[in-house]
Amino acid sequence: MASTRRMVLLGGLGTAGALVVGYALWPSHRLELANAIAAKPGERFINNWIKIASDDTVTVVVPHCDMGTGIFTALPQMAAEELDADWSKVKVETAPSDSVFANGPLAEGFILSTQNMNADQIPAFLRGTVANTFRTVAGYMDLQVTGGSSAVRATGVYGMRIAGAAAREMLVKAAAARWNVNAADCTTKSNRVLHTASGRSFGYGELVADAATYSPSENPTLKPKSQYTLVGKSIPRVDIPKKVDGTTTYGVDVTLPNMLYAAIKISPVFGGKLTSVDPGAISGRRGIKKVVHLDDAVVVVADRFWRARDAVAELNPVFDNGANGTVTSGQLTARRSAALKSGDFKKDMTTGNGADALGGAHLIEATYTVPYLAHATMEPMNATAIFEDGALEVWSGTQDGLGARAFIAKTANIAIEKVTFHLLPMGGGFGRRLPGFFNFLEHAVRTAMAMPGTPVKLIYTREQDMQHDYYRPNVTNRLRASVDRSGMPSSWVSDYTTDAGANSEAHIVYKVDNQAYRTAKVETHIPVGPWRSVEASWHGFFVESFVDELAHAARKDPLEYRRELLAHSPRHLATLNLAAEKAGWGTPLPAGKGRGIAMVESFGTVVAHVADITIGPDGALKVDRIVSAADAGMTVNPDGMKAQIEGAIIYGLSAALNGEITIDKGAVVQANFPDYEVVRLQTCPAIEVHLHESDAQIGGAGEPGVPPVAPAVANAIFAATGIRVRELPFKNHNLTVASR
Amino acid sequence: MSIQLKINGKIHDLDIEPDAPLLWVIRDEVGLTGTKFGCGVAQCGACTVHVNGNAQRSCVTPVSSVVGAEITTIEGLSANGLTPVQQAWIDHQVPQCGYCQSGMIMAVSALLKTKPHATDEDLASAVTNICRCGTYPRIRNAVRALANEKV
Ligand code: FES
Ligand code: FES
Repeated sequence: MASTRRMVLLGGLGTAGALVVGYALWPSHRLELANAIAAKPGERFINNWIKIASDDTVTVVVPHCDMGTGIFTALPQMAAEELDADWSKVKVETAPSDSVFANGPLAEGFILSTQNMNADQIPAFLRGTVANTFRTVAGYMDLQVTGGSSAVRATGVYGMRIAGAAAREMLVKAAAARWNVNAADCTTKSNRVLHTASGRSFGYGELVADAATYSPSENPTLKPKSQYTLVGKSIPRVDIPKKVDGTTTYGVDVTLPNMLYAAIKISPVFGGKLTSVDPGAISGRRGIKKVVHLDDAVVVVADRFWRARDAVAELNPVFDNGANGTVTSGQLTARRSAALKSGDFKKDMTTGNGADALGGAHLIEATYTVPYLAHATMEPMNATAIFEDGALEVWSGTQDGLGARAFIAKTANIAIEKVTFHLLPMGGGFGRRLPGFFNFLEHAVRTAMAMPGTPVKLIYTREQDMQHDYYRPNVTNRLRASVDRSGMPSSWVSDYTTDAGANSEAHIVYKVDNQAYRTAKVETHIPVGPWRSVEASWHGFFVESFVDELAHAARKDPLEYRRELLAHSPRHLATLNLAAEKAGWGTPLPAGKGRGIAMVESFGTVVAHVADITIGPDGALKVDRIVSAADAGMTVNPDGMKAQIEGAIIYGLSAALNGEITIDKGAVVQANFPDYEVVRLQTCPAIEVHLHESDAQIGGAGEPGVPPVAPAVANAIFAATGIRVRELPFKNHNLTVASR
Repeated sequence: MSIQLKINGKIHDLDIEPDAPLLWVIRDEVGLTGTKFGCGVAQCGACTVHVNGNAQRSCVTPVSSVVGAEITTIEGLSANGLTPVQQAWIDHQVPQCGYCQSGMIMAVSALLKTKPHATDEDLASAVTNICRCGTYPRIRNAVRALANEKV
């Protein structure tokens, strides 16, 4: 399944350091293409992502889309830093959805580096092969993915910094040539090249035409961290002003002349096919233009959205559900239990003597489960499309503009050149809008194709959005450990269910000599996909709950116990200690309150949370405070990083407290926010985020705050009540004194 | 049937059904897209507008119930430049994706009009809007600053 491959790639990358090599920069002939597509009058591309205008303004073209994570500020910050640009003269634009602006090569550089390779170390005759392997395996090259917390790590480190530094070198060369002086005697500052000895200077705008004729260096000299003036500063986000006055145009806001609106009813049972629908119920209703039959859905097109929505609700389409129409969550639970009991495992990783080392008197075992989860982005899925003269023009917010364009061409069975795709800001992404999960695009395109010449905006209602998501998988994990006399683990065996392959995020950072990881495949008809922090969202809960259980079994303080197991990893230890210290770990709490700790590394960032909770006399759980420490190596924009961790904590907490998607009659039971409750101001704890810097390669920002939330709260519940919650969400558990 | 609505001080004569939801009339008929659709069932607050100065969820408001009322959207709120609430949103770097923020700002603005010194508790009980990006801590800080400024 292509999507799972992607999940692995986006979710399961390691973090080893490597040299930075800018082999992703274009040869100069591509600049002309870029100029033709995206340069405005007076502007010129100097390399892939940097345009310079005659008034010296620098425009950074970002090959990502905005889903609210602040990358439209962080990425230009990285480019402007190396370019010695004055921030007030820096602008930012979204790259067009054209393969000229793919970010795949950056991801490739990122993948190579995280495998401890880089292009220079690979023998020349193999380079293409390695690249091609990634191309075919990952399908990565023609993508503009925004996901996997990769924007700063891949595009920033391998693209923006190199692009900025290489552009600076080219501008200096151009100036030196004009003055007939040594490039080494020139410096740069605030969008100008200076020749100090003679006091002469040129603005970047005067030099760009000459500079663009040089080939960009593949490994320009990067600034030492000590000289940074922009990176590491909390520069206000450039996208925010338009988000406080309602002027940001999201996908759902696209308005075209003569546009019609479409509402959809998709087969409630996944995989169901539309067999018939009687349009009689809505005949004669005002504004209805057409009833469109799709393979898996019926669509009503009307002159206004509410008329389409109300009309489609009246229809009673008949679907053929095959064998899936009777499936329940209970059956799926039984399937997972049977898969784990069968012992029919596929081995993932083994260290030491693996599972053979398990045994002896001190065996500890626990089984954990997480439910399916919907993404529930604030903006429901939607897309607007027009099909005319064999060509499609489509507007939507997706996490991959180029991937969307390719998907649309394939869906419509037309050449990619016949597809124009306009990428718009998203009202939340969280993995929902990554390639492989484009049902809304398919529905919009097929609807538009049924109405040639007319633009149609298809909007999923919240109910359709929630019931036709690609869910965070429902996973069960049996963990077993043998412990020595002092309670420390000598073996660790993790057997977990999977919808696809093995999860590298299952692997622990703690020092245990013998480890084994095995998977048990479970087939279901429920579509799954990457959900903010992907595999770490479940393994974080499993591992950090189990370590806590081991600590309590050893009668040791959970923080001390983790410290002992992390002696080999100063970075993890420092992050854990920072969270503990800031939270006042060890200070006494009144009765009814509890404190728990958890730490997870994901996407190259280590995050530790300490949760303080209160259990009311009626068993009601209230999360009072979460104190967090995060180490992402170096932080590009500290305030932006903190905002991402805060948001991730709340996203993770919403899921841990209340989130579950359950299945009945083959379909999703929950439909809207009353039954998929999320954290609101009333239930939002106080949150403190502390950043720790280290020499580690830059880590992600958007996702790593999610995984430690659920276990920190579960561990706090245990501390307060002695009740160990092994199955999320917490709302399903009785936490009253009587139930202990 | 013609229905007359006064939105941001401007009269609109609209040929719509009396039970048409105000949200979609504002967006699709009048063409003001700053007011957002999030749930359609009065749960999330993305569609919050002011009706005679009070915060109201427009997705479940039939237009017939607001004939003659002063309706204000985020566009109307911003008509004379940023309000202190909007400025505080920038100062505290509140928005992430921003999709919920029109509704948040409308809800908070209405609250601060009746309770200029709103406490955290006032805020939490009056503003039950959902933000999936989790900007609540910053909303809280922004409102604390606004409430203190006005002492
Ligand atoms: S759209 Fe009106 S409350 Fe959610
Ligand atoms: S800022 Fe994205 S939903 Fe609130």
